[in-house]
Amino acid sequence: MARITAGVATSHVPAIGAAIDQGKTAEAYWAPLFAGFERSRTWMREHCPDVVVLVYNDHATSFNLDIIPTFAIGCAEHFAPADEGWGPRPVPVVEGHPELASHIAQSVIEQDFDLTIVNRLDVDHGLTVPLSLLCGQPTQWPVRVIPFAVNVVLYPPPSGRRCFALGAALRRAVESFDDDLDVQIWGTGGMSHQLQGPRAGLINRRWDTQFLDRLISDPDDLAQTPHLEYLQEAGSEGIELIMWLIMRGALSRRVRTVHRFYHVPASNTAVGHLILENAP
Amino acid sequence: MPLEKPYLNIPGTTIFDADQLRKGYHLNQFCMSLMKAENRERFKRDEAGYLAAWPMTAEQRQAVLDRNYNRMIETGGNIYFLAKIFATDGKSFQYAAALMTGMSQQNYANMMLNGGRAPAGDQSVEGPR
Repeated sequence: MARITAGVATSHVPAIGAAIDQGKTAEAYWAPLFAGFERSRTWMREHCPDVVVLVYNDHATSFNLDIIPTFAIGCAEHFAPADEGWGPRPVPVVEGHPELASHIAQSVIEQDFDLTIVNRLDVDHGLTVPLSLLCGQPTQWPVRVIPFAVNVVLYPPPSGRRCFALGAALRRAVESFDDDLDVQIWGTGGMSHQLQGPRAGLINRRWDTQFLDRLISDPDDLAQTPHLEYLQEAGSEGIELIMWLIMRGALSRRVRTVHRFYHVPASNTAVGHLILENAP
Repeated sequence: MPLEKPYLNIPGTTIFDADQLRKGYHLNQFCMSLMKAENRERFKRDEAGYLAAWPMTAEQRQAVLDRNYNRMIETGGNIYFLAKIFATDGKSFQYAAALMTGMSQQNYANMMLNGGRAPAGDQSVEGPR
């Protein structure tokens, strides 16, 4: 049987991808950020799963305003790094897991979460930056990846409560797959940031810190947080943090914190990162 | 009963909801067209001519020509779509963010290095807009 072995949360700032691709990780601006992920790359090598279900959002890349799915699962064999207007990132093609993805889709829809099935999808920085942060710069990604896209561009995104419950449904779906697979679930985006308007540049360390604390120890209550609080406290783009609740919902109530990291700034954004394992 | 939209009262912030989407559909889809290199070239050669092919308002077209991102947002633009315009200009997200705040890019970058814009006083104002 397949099983969820761990959860990872990380921001997915595009400038981090550019810093990696352009060899700037040792520069004074970036070095403290990448130092915070050294432990993570070691952990990833030692605990590399067969598959990652990677919860992320598309940033007007493969989805535009013609069709806006709230939850979409990538069931293709391959996902190409997208050209976001600067040319595609020089990273490997992402190998999917069509059998597990289709199984998850069927199971989760039968659990009342109406996913959109996507069979052709280019993946943008929202998906490839977390892979680079955890896996470095290999010629081939060491894991298969199932992209799981959440709408956080058009308001309203799904509620935190819904995301948390979806995580539990994803766990049941994975655990009902016959093959013997180790599966991790990653939640990406955030933390506090606002990219638009006169309030751009907002960062809220205090709120982010509480979010990290509560995600670990009190996720049921955290999932009740209304969208307005994210927008006010974490900025208009900080609402991406609801995707971390999907990851957390797929883990046990009690978790062990393997690694925790927080850094300001990466371009316009506060970077947060957690590695969580199910506690016995 | 009407929908409650308390997010309309956050200062300096425009939330991209269904109302904004309706206003900004063509503006944002114009931005998407800049994902193709050949379209970027055509746009750079004749911006006004390129914009004329999209059923946008005169105000939206002028905002694009002026690179007035706050006006584009006000008239229905979404920042992830508008990013295609400043990418075409070879500018970064931090450049655009600084522009929208009215700060110089250097002052904005320094603010971020010092921990970003403090949230205090930048939250909702009471009452309807």
